[in-house]
Parts: sequence; C-alpha cells; structure tokens
Amino acid sequence: MSGTFIGMPAFPKAAHEAVRDATLRANLRHATHTIRDKRAVAVAELADWAELREAGKQIKTETLRNLDTYLVQLEEAVTAAGGTVHWAADAAEANRIVTELVKATGESEVVKVKSMATQEIGLNEALEAEGIRAYETDLAELIVQLGEDRPSHILVPAIHRNRGEIRDIFRDTMGRWGRPAPEGLSDSPAELAEAARLHLREKFLRAKVGISGANFMVAETGTLVVVESEGNGRMCLTLPETLISVVGIEKVVPTWRDLEVFLQTLPRSSTAERMNPYTSTWTGTTDGDGPSAFHLVLLDNGRTDALADEVGRQALRCIRCSACLNVCPVYERAGGHAYGSVYPGPIGAILTPQLRGTTSEVDASLPYASSLCGACYDVCPVAIDIPEVLVHLREKVAEEGGKGHRLEKAAIKASTWVLDHPGVLSAGERIASATRKLHPRKLPGPGARQWTESRDLPDMPAEPFRDWWKKNRT
Amino acid sequence: MKQNSRARVLGRIRQALLDAPPSPEPARDYLTAHTPDDKAVILDLLHENLADYRANVHRTTETDLPALVAELLDRHGAQTIAVPPGLPVAWLSETTAQQHHDTDSLLTPHELDTTHAVITSCALAIAETGTIVLDSGPGQGRRALTLVPDLHICVVRAKDQVVGSVPQALPRLDPTRPQTWISGPSATSDIELDRVEGVHGPRRLDVVIVTR
Repeated sequence: MSGTFIGMPAFPKAAHEAVRDATLRANLRHATHTIRDKRAVAVAELADWAELREAGKQIKTETLRNLDTYLVQLEEAVTAAGGTVHWAADAAEANRIVTELVKATGESEVVKVKSMATQEIGLNEALEAEGIRAYETDLAELIVQLGEDRPSHILVPAIHRNRGEIRDIFRDTMGRWGRPAPEGLSDSPAELAEAARLHLREKFLRAKVGISGANFMVAETGTLVVVESEGNGRMCLTLPETLISVVGIEKVVPTWRDLEVFLQTLPRSSTAERMNPYTSTWTGTTDGDGPSAFHLVLLDNGRTDALADEVGRQALRCIRCSACLNVCPVYERAGGHAYGSVYPGPIGAILTPQLRGTTSEVDASLPYASSLCGACYDVCPVAIDIPEVLVHLREKVAEEGGKGHRLEKAAIKASTWVLDHPGVLSAGERIASATRKLHPRKLPGPGARQWTESRDLPDMPAEPFRDWWKKNRT
Repeated sequence: MKQNSRARVLGRIRQALLDAPPSPEPARDYLTAHTPDDKAVILDLLHENLADYRANVHRTTETDLPALVAELLDRHGAQTIAVPPGLPVAWLSETTAQQHHDTDSLLTPHELDTTHAVITSCALAIAETGTIVLDSGPGQGRRALTLVPDLHICVVRAKDQVVGSVPQALPRLDPTRPQTWISGPSATSDIELDRVEGVHGPRRLDVVIVTR
C-alpha cells in the first residue's frame, strides 16, 4: 500500500479539501445513513440494551484497572495451550517480531485478516521492506490495497468508494496481484464479491502463514476471538500452518462469560446484525485442526500512555464497532482520511492523540474535530464519554500552547483587563449601543467570517443592560 | 530483549494505574434471555432468524432425515461431499454423492476446494441470534471442513441442542475447543454498507432441524 498517513495536514485543512469532494460526501452520506438506521433497529430489539452497555463499560473498566494481572494470566493460559507470547513495547518492535517469525517459516507471503492493530503499526510496509508480501483478504481492505489507498473507516475501510469505483479498481488492478477480475465485471455488489472470492481463493489455499488481530482475548482460558462476516478470517485462522496474532493489550477480557455481553453488543453496534456471520475462537493450538504454531504479539504502542490519563483511559474500552463514526456529523462530511490515522471519527479523535501524542499538527488538531454534539457517546456500546475526553484533550493541547492558543491567550488577557476596569467596560458598551446602526451584518477576520457566512449576528440592544437596570430597577 | 519489553510494558501499566481508584465487580443487570422458556417458541425463533440471514431451514424427523439430505444434495447439484469423523452413517444412507471421509489422511485444502458439500452436526444453536455453533466435536470435524466447500448442511437436534440466548450458550461451550459460530452464509457489508451474501465461506447454508 503506497497510501500513507505520514505528513498529513491538520484536520481543518484536510477536512476542507474532503468536503469539496462531492462523490466522497455522497458515498459517505449514503453509507452512514444506511447503517445508522439499521443499527437503531437492531439495538431496539433488546429490551436490556442499557444494562448490557453498562455491563460492557464496567467489565472493561475493571479489566483496565487490573490490566497487568489479566495480561500475565492470559500469557500463562496461551502458553499452556501451546501458543507463544511476545511483548512489543512499540510499533517497531512488533514489526520486528512479526518479520522474524515469518522469516523463520521460510515463506515470503502471508495472508491477513483485517486488523486495526497491524494497520496502526504499518506492518504491511515493514514486511514489504523485508521482501515479504502481505495480502489483505477482507473485501474492503482488498479494495484499499488494490487501489493504493488509505482506509477511511474502522469497519469498512473502503466506505469512501462506491460500487462503480470498486469495479474500476478490480478491473484495472487485480491482474497485477494475481487472478484478474472476470471479463465484463459489472458494479453489482454480488458480482464484486464474487470477483474477490475468485481472486483470493488461490491465495488462501496455498498460504502457509496467516496474520490476524483479535476482537477479544480471554485471560482465564487464553482464548482469542475474531468476529467477521466474509469467511476470509476463518480462511486465515484455519488453513495456514503458522498463525501470528498482533493484539493491543487493552483487548483482554477476564472471563469466557464476559463474551456474553460483547457478543450481543458488538455485532448490533457494528454491522447492525443480531450476530455477525462468523465468529472464530481458538485457544493455543489444536492437534489436527488449524495452525500447528501460534504466536501472540501483545502490543503497547502508546496504550500505557492513554492508561495513565485518568480521563482519557476510558478510550481503551473501545471494542472498535465504529458506531460513533456512523452517527458523527463531522465524520459524515469530512470523511475518514482527514483524521490522518487508521482510527478516524470520534473515537479516533480521542484515541490517536493519546496513542501518538500531540506533537504533530494533525494530532494536536484532532480533539477539535468535533462539534461536541454527543451522538457518539449515545451509541457507544461501552459508554465512552467521547465529548468529555475531547474537552480534556483540548485543555492539554491548549496548555502545551500552539500558535492558535497564543492568540487566544492574548485575547483573554485583553478582555481580563477590560473586565477589571469597569469604566472602560461601560464606556465600550455605550459606544457599541450608540453606533449599532453602523454595525456590519458579517464579521471580518479568520474564523469569524466563516461563522457569519451562514448566520446573522444578533442585534445590539438600544442600551447596555446595566444602564437599563439602573433606570428601571434601582 | 523479549523479557525486557515484557517487564517494560507491565511496569508502565503499574505506573499508569498508581492513582486509579479500585474498580468494583461489574454489575450484570442484563437479561439471561429475551425469549420465553418455551421449546416451541424457541424453535420457531431459531427458524425465523436463520432464514432472516438467508440460511435455508428445514424441519424433519430422524426417520426422514436421510431422504432429505439426499434431496438437498441433489437440489444443489452436489456430487461430492466431505464427511467428518463421527457423523452418523445413517444420515448418508440414501445419497449417491461420492463421500470424502476426513479421517486418517486429512483432505488437503485443494481437495476440499473441489468437494461440493459438507455435512455436519453441531454443538449448539442459538435462537435469538440465529446462530449454529460448531466445536469440532463428533460429526463436526475440524474447522477447515465446513469452510472450503460451497454448501454446508448442518443438522441440529431440537431435543437438546437449541438454546434461547447467547448468555445461555456460553456456559455449555468448552473454550479450550476451537469453535466456529455461524449465523447465515458468508456475507459482506463492505460495498456501501449493504449486506451481500456469499463471499469466502460456504455460499449456501442449509440447516436441518430434527424433531422427533
């Protein structure tokens, strides 16, 4: 994949460009509106949704509070079941571990299940640099990979592409990666899915190494869980001889029973289904069934920094359902690319700055990529208070003091002086009232001009409130 | 190196949690099931939800099962069928399809790819979500068996293999066994978030509910 997030402009600039792309906006609007309505129906089927949501929140909170204990327990259970556990402090270390494991098998290609963690660390690029080709097998990931594009949605990375664009990508590029698209391929989703089936089947059948993430890891049993729809996950988890799973440390849950909550809330929040078509669970290795070697790479890569923030740590409860993206008015208009990260939308706006820090322009701008409307919090199946974390991160960014914040500080300093000098304040108020006929309907200057382009300024009263109060009430 | 990172990550976690308040045992105020404890209602719900996700659902008796299996294979034009170890011999007593037994020498992925169908029993079925669960027990075989052939016929015993809900299913399943939960045939929502059936897994799923 040649698309990259490195060197992305700040959110406002990227979003400004994205909103001018009429096709992108139409694609996003269509897709997010379709799924948000279906989700509401799927959720309404469960009378105890609020209780499931609360339980999910509490299970994750308790897990994070005792994360060290659960990870050690998980490590023991996976090891006892025949797996090998590796710890990676950052992306570079995780990539190095995986590369070495693949090299040790003697293979030069791997098949991959869609995984946010491996995208986050740029695993495909790292493998490519070492001469190992990684084939994405999820349909949307395939579209992104073939189109040399970047993902723009957690669940549906190619959500920004419509069926016509997908048909063109398949027709033009499949031949370069393997089996070409069938002659006369139309843009019907069923035909496109069939083309992907044919293209990937030969890769599945010959694959010796599979790479995955996981939705959940059960500490008490060492069981990993992958939920999916297409069956590409099952192919990658079952057919190869070696399986390598790269999983963020926050994906652990304490008990097998805990899955009863998340297997009810995740599919309904994510694809609006009662249950996703396929869920695979495996514990270490099993003789005669699936891979004979299993490696689990536990990934930190900034998660412990997020964990140290008492407000921000709730972002680690995220189960990557992407419901918050689908309801977000900002995401719907700006699209996923503007967020400059594999984690777009509201959850990305709070996760990315915590995982990567706020030293780059784009990361420092992310906490502002929101109108704080709160729709994301309402739909979150683990009740992450995204607006609360956004405001908290804005405070942090402001304390660190970027360019915009120096102007803001100067303005506040000036207004403090005015408010501290009552004579100056009342003189200013009277002048404003006396000259109100002359006031413009629009404000000049950056920010203010855009604001009043679609809004009228409120009328200035005939006299200051304090003068009115003196005349009428004292 | 490996040990260093382990200690480093665990150390960072402990450092990060120094001031964190203790967290209480999670409250589980949600329902155990959303369905009344009534066998007939649960069976109907399973039927309805399986069909809603495009599985073909049939009901039959133990006696009529072999004839139905033969008919389903015919209907889909399946001339070869993969057979997991432990499958009751009687189930295939009326079909003329060529049987590939996955016993002593396991079928290779390519052999599975040229096999038209697979027939299995199941560990469990969940009515509320329209899910069948395989745990590679007798009559189910290893996971690849139900993955590569294009038609999967799954037989569910109504008497003792159907539960109402997910919370009722988990205690009955052994996490140390590899499991596959199947809710309808393979599907994708990746094109415009619209659901399309039939990608990499079996594109046709026939579920046969066997009642007495």
